[in-house]
Amino acid sequence: MTQKLKPVDVAVVGVGFMGAIMAKELAAQGLKVVGLERGKQRWTVPEFQAPEIHDELKYSIRKGMMQDVTREAMTFRNSPTQEALPIRQWEAFLPGTDLGGSGVHWNGQTFRFTEADFVWRTRMRERYGKDFVDPSLTIQDWGVTYDELEPHFDKFEYLLGTGGKAGNLNGKIQPGGNPFESRRSREYPNPPLKEQYGGVLFRKAATDMGYHPFVQPASNMSRPYTNPEGLQLNACNYCGFCERYACEHFAKATPQTVILPVLLKNPNFELRTEAQVLRVNLDPDKKTATGVTYVDATGREFVQPADLVIITTFAFNNARMMLLSGIGKPYDPKTGEGVIGRNYAYQTTSDVFVFFDENININPFMAAGGSGTLIDDFNDDNFDHGPHGFIGGSYIMSALTNGRPIEFHPTPPGTPEWGKEWKTAIRHHYNHTAHILIHGSSMPTRTNSLDLDPTYKDAWGLPLLRMTFEFPHNDMKMSQFCVDRAVEIGKRMGAKTVAGYPRKAPFTTQKYQTTHNSGGVIMGSDPSTSAVNRYLQSWDAHNVFVVGTSAYPHEPGYNPTGTLGALAYWSVDAIKKQYLKHPAPMVSA
Amino acid sequence: MCSGPGDPKSNVERNAGLLNFITQGKRQFQDVRVLFGNGHATAFSSQMTAISASDRGAVKEQRMRKDREEQGSRRGFLRSAFAACVTAGTVVIPIDRIQAAPHKKLPTDKATSFAFFRPDEVQFLSAAVDRFIPPDEEWPGAVDAGVVDYIDQQMAGKWGSAGDMYWHGPFKEGTPSQGYQLPFTPAELFRRAIAAVNQYFTAQGTWFHRLSAGQQDEYLEMLLANKTTLNGVPSKVFADFLLRHTIEGFFADPIYGGNKDMVGWRMLGFPGPYGEYYELIDQYGIKLDREPVSIGQSAHHHAK
Repeated sequence: MTQKLKPVDVAVVGVGFMGAIMAKELAAQGLKVVGLERGKQRWTVPEFQAPEIHDELKYSIRKGMMQDVTREAMTFRNSPTQEALPIRQWEAFLPGTDLGGSGVHWNGQTFRFTEADFVWRTRMRERYGKDFVDPSLTIQDWGVTYDELEPHFDKFEYLLGTGGKAGNLNGKIQPGGNPFESRRSREYPNPPLKEQYGGVLFRKAATDMGYHPFVQPASNMSRPYTNPEGLQLNACNYCGFCERYACEHFAKATPQTVILPVLLKNPNFELRTEAQVLRVNLDPDKKTATGVTYVDATGREFVQPADLVIITTFAFNNARMMLLSGIGKPYDPKTGEGVIGRNYAYQTTSDVFVFFDENININPFMAAGGSGTLIDDFNDDNFDHGPHGFIGGSYIMSALTNGRPIEFHPTPPGTPEWGKEWKTAIRHHYNHTAHILIHGSSMPTRTNSLDLDPTYKDAWGLPLLRMTFEFPHNDMKMSQFCVDRAVEIGKRMGAKTVAGYPRKAPFTTQKYQTTHNSGGVIMGSDPSTSAVNRYLQSWDAHNVFVVGTSAYPHEPGYNPTGTLGALAYWSVDAIKKQYLKHPAPMVSA
Repeated sequence: MCSGPGDPKSNVERNAGLLNFITQGKRQFQDVRVLFGNGHATAFSSQMTAISASDRGAVKEQRMRKDREEQGSRRGFLRSAFAACVTAGTVVIPIDRIQAAPHKKLPTDKATSFAFFRPDEVQFLSAAVDRFIPPDEEWPGAVDAGVVDYIDQQMAGKWGSAGDMYWHGPFKEGTPSQGYQLPFTPAELFRRAIAAVNQYFTAQGTWFHRLSAGQQDEYLEMLLANKTTLNGVPSKVFADFLLRHTIEGFFADPIYGGNKDMVGWRMLGFPGPYGEYYELIDQYGIKLDREPVSIGQSAHHHAK
């Protein structure tokens, strides 16, 4: 029997970074806000403490912090003609669960997308002509501009305590920063992290080659920091256990360290964990939501009425929630019509390994999740793509986030994968290898999309999400180009052997690449090609907002979290200033 | 050296016997508390709990520790440690004597010590993982590192029963990109595939572990090349799976039964999962030369 609860003003579905931001801002307005988190509560003390928190087998290999795949998996196929089958254990990407979501196990890499990204289709046509872009790529503009988002980028970075060096302060290029970044209104709240040895060698080589190296902006604290919410963080000690792990030292910006304690102090907010939201409920006219239905840990079903529903689950789960709720027209790759599930994109990552002699100790285990050194010269629209025949790009970054030995024991090409020779090789190369990450953009296509699986179900009997994805030719071409540049840098670093691995089809669910999944509930100016408007408000049900990387019409070559935080602040600002006064569509369709 | 290259036929048996020996000593070693300074993991090696002097394992461990203190070198330590395996007690036992010993102390002798695997399965596993990570002059192989114990524990537990996987049908054949789709749990997969391997060799009057090292390698290569099916399991699926678990067992924290005495970490130079490198990270190229610290060891000092 379903129990109907007392109505609230706002129901937030998923209490990760974005859920916490939206809830905190709205509770501060005096609204009654309920946060519904499917996972359990967890805090730096006691859950994230030694001795077990640095358990590589439990967290990296068995995916101890990730969405419980035994209950909620997804299915996958490379093309629409294939039958999708369940991803039975996470590998290629790692959606988080429990309080704080993926914001607990992230690496802390905090970039801003550039002004070109938000007007991507227009920019490509203007710069390269209307016939340059592969017509199978469904790129489009985002409906918002970088300048509109700038104050919100700033706010998010100060919340997180991001460390970095400005490269463009109000239009003036700054030495030591990234000269390709779009203008920022002030410096980062903290200085950059210390560089790794590989980064120093990379910096020298890149400088010699005329590139513009800088230290990655990151939200692992470069020094003790008190954020604008009054929460204190410690300096990072470079222990090499950021991604896939929680930080035991209060040194990584996570919902737990930068915002949740403040949110939970507000009596207007109530957190309910182990609350599995099944769907957003709609009025009979389907124009507005009436609240949500969820199941608690013991299986009891509740209806939580709410005037405003904010969906802040992990990227592709946002698309699933919209599909399960019947909000917005499902995307059909055959016709190209419909919006929910459209423009699913990823990140086209590639790798270069730089093998030194044994007199160079790289010490891969001395690392923060964001202590890389990179160049942005071949990313985004920072260079002329005319001669190269593709769009997008990659940052090229010397980075080792860890030296955890099950995951990290590199060998040069030609080494057997086991046996005596392999054993000798991993010994010789473990501490003498640098890694260059080629972190590339992902362009949407007509067939790369999300919908509900016709066969497989979750623990509550609801259809799993079905992902259809393959690397577009454009992105593989981009990967090859950027890997070639990185190999040149690797050789200049003085290495004996440099091995480049450009990304090639087929995309496999079996090898970790990145957890930068995007699209499916994309933002835009046209309701026929986007699911939410420029404020992340559903075109179909105006009191539903969907905040996530699900909003990205394409995935640029930067880590997505910084831009997502900016979009969350931008969206909640519009809700506060416009929507609450006049609850209606904020953009007319 | 206990585990240098030798007659491949008896290599596994020798290693298995030594494994017993090391394991016995190891239990004592785990009672020896190594103290650490606050935060920085420096071994304070002169503190040891009292151990019965008559206990050979403990004597061996004391000897190992002493060697370590005296030599101050990780590799030197291991070299002497494994020499100590052979010279346990006071009498030096030549390697050929061990090989020829009438009572071969295989892991299979202690049937109760394996939670999942049966004796004939252990024989195959011991031989196979020691080809994937063979012992060499300086560093032990997979068997000595406890990889068989590790896999046994994994298969006996939640992971072995697919407790960490989405486990609803229909189960259908997929593409490599779609990942594992067989209807066998990891434990079932091992059982079915090893049974097929053992049937194949017993039909020829032999066992996998009786083959020469070269023949064993050839067979494993054949499995990895997916040239056969093992009771419904494509051989590459099984061989990849076995290799993956061998690497896990060699490098996972010793709390899981493998990576005994952190040999995997010592071999690579990984200092263990707990480190504070704020002062060290920008001392570029520094050679960190300290004992690794494992989860079990760090329980009492690290949380703050």
